[in-house]
Amino acid sequence: MRDALLDRDVYEPEEGEIMEVSMGPHHPSTHGVFRMDVKLEGERVVKLKPVFGYLHRNHEKIAEHGAYLSAIPYTDRLDYLCSMTNNWGYVLAVEKLAGIAVPERAEYLRVIVAELTRFQNHAGLIGFLLQDMGASGTPLMYAFREREKILDLFESLSGARMMCNYMRFGGLRVDATKEWLDEVRALVGRLPQFVDEYEALLRANEILLARTQGTGVLPRELAINTGVTGPMLRASGVNYDIRKVDHYGIYDRFTFKVPLGEHGDVYDRYMMRLLEMRETLKLLEQALHDIPEGPVMDPKVRLRGLRPKAGEAYGRIESPKGELGFFLISDGSGNPYRYRVRPPSMINLTILEDMCVGENIADTVIILGSVDIVLGEVDR
Amino acid sequence: MALPSPEDLKAQIEAGVPGASVTVIQNGSPSAQHSLLLDAEHARAVAELLRDHDGWRLDYCSLVTGVDWPDTETSEKVKVKKMVKAADGTESEEEVEEVRKTKVAGYLEAVYHLFSMEKKHGPVVLRLRTADRGASVHLPSLTPVWRGAEFQEREAFDLYGIIFDGHPDLRRILMWEGFKDYPMRKDYVPPADEIPVVEVHR
Repeated sequence: MRDALLDRDVYEPEEGEIMEVSMGPHHPSTHGVFRMDVKLEGERVVKLKPVFGYLHRNHEKIAEHGAYLSAIPYTDRLDYLCSMTNNWGYVLAVEKLAGIAVPERAEYLRVIVAELTRFQNHAGLIGFLLQDMGASGTPLMYAFREREKILDLFESLSGARMMCNYMRFGGLRVDATKEWLDEVRALVGRLPQFVDEYEALLRANEILLARTQGTGVLPRELAINTGVTGPMLRASGVNYDIRKVDHYGIYDRFTFKVPLGEHGDVYDRYMMRLLEMRETLKLLEQALHDIPEGPVMDPKVRLRGLRPKAGEAYGRIESPKGELGFFLISDGSGNPYRYRVRPPSMINLTILEDMCVGENIADTVIILGSVDIVLGEVDR
Repeated sequence: MALPSPEDLKAQIEAGVPGASVTVIQNGSPSAQHSLLLDAEHARAVAELLRDHDGWRLDYCSLVTGVDWPDTETSEKVKVKKMVKAADGTESEEEVEEVRKTKVAGYLEAVYHLFSMEKKHGPVVLRLRTADRGASVHLPSLTPVWRGAEFQEREAFDLYGIIFDGHPDLRRILMWEGFKDYPMRKDYVPPADEIPVVEVHR
């Protein structure tokens, strides 16, 4: 009787039999509405196609119909975890297009809020990645505890925790008070301890090492050719950080290192975020020490009626996820003729299939987790 | 080593790829990012040259996008001499103002921004143009040269309707399969929201 039941219930795939699995769009590991069409041979992935567009609202068309100023709040909603860096990418492109200079104090404040954003993004990402690996709850809650403090600072500065809408071409919307800067200094003083604690929590955990080392390897040449950027590219050993290459803003004034990986596997990508969090704290300390007094907005910039002369510009920054670029074409009118976002999350997905083929189905979850995508930016 | 100026780049490309014709397109904005317009026939060979040239090594294709330039119509007033019949039947030559309209055919454009990760320079901006916006919207795909263009060319196909020949997997990417139109084109009219008739049963 028992044997008969087993015969019926246990499914034994035949040699070479392919099973198709559609992971998502409502799968908890996909960080939003994202689908992977996976073909499996046993548990091994033989083919994987990412499917997205579920959150598509044609952000670019919306921005082309509005004035230059009115696109800024929409950029908050691209990568909704990092609205400050999204703002910066866009205003940088407009500043290049119209030839606008930014006051000193605004440059420093931009670095401060962008690096805080990078810190909370990486902390959150590691939390989610460990959650995907099965370290349920604790690491994510640790990350969110610190993230919440940073979001509180954003709220007291800009009025919103996540949709900050803080930067303007030619400067910033509001100045930071002395008290706010003191709060940031106090927080930055406490954060190294948090990174130590967070690293000690699981870095040398046996299960984590077994699951991440050698999984989802991305070779160096392939990473370059596929346009992968950000921590994922540097985990494969390519020294390319736009803060160092372009020196946009005032990044040439600070000393910081660019951590590099060796193997390009999930473990390297995980460590890359931890190391970048430490470098971010170094940057924050220097910026908070050097920040001068002064205005944060160029009063001559026409925010509402900006009409750059005909031409085009591509501005890019190192967002926490990679190269975030904005390409603008002006025809001399008050709204952009062409507005284009280069979304790092989407382009980093080009490589997903190559990393997953040959791995177990369970590992696709952590490989996707280590790419660090936000669907608001992938789908736009 | 810095990149050569767009004019030098044009000269070196035309020397390196026989038959290629490159036009430098000036950019009037303070960013001064000038671009190179390539002919579609030699675009792949030029792209390979740009990637593999020892001095340039443009190994990284950052941004690919479509741009729509619709048909334009310019009208100008021209004075034309015409024979005019007066009321009494005599003909005389008079100058008459006429509005003459000239149609300029629009086109779709694909723009590529290239950087070098090895040499850490860039951008070099490439442009490719289709013949028109209707039947011949084919361009060569540069995905075989830089795989980073794969998803973005698919997006330009999806939203602008540019057909990239040689692309390994040209399908819609953001809109759904079966969607008919190209929403990023300038003449796209979004369908009016249909309000469903709801019958209320009491």
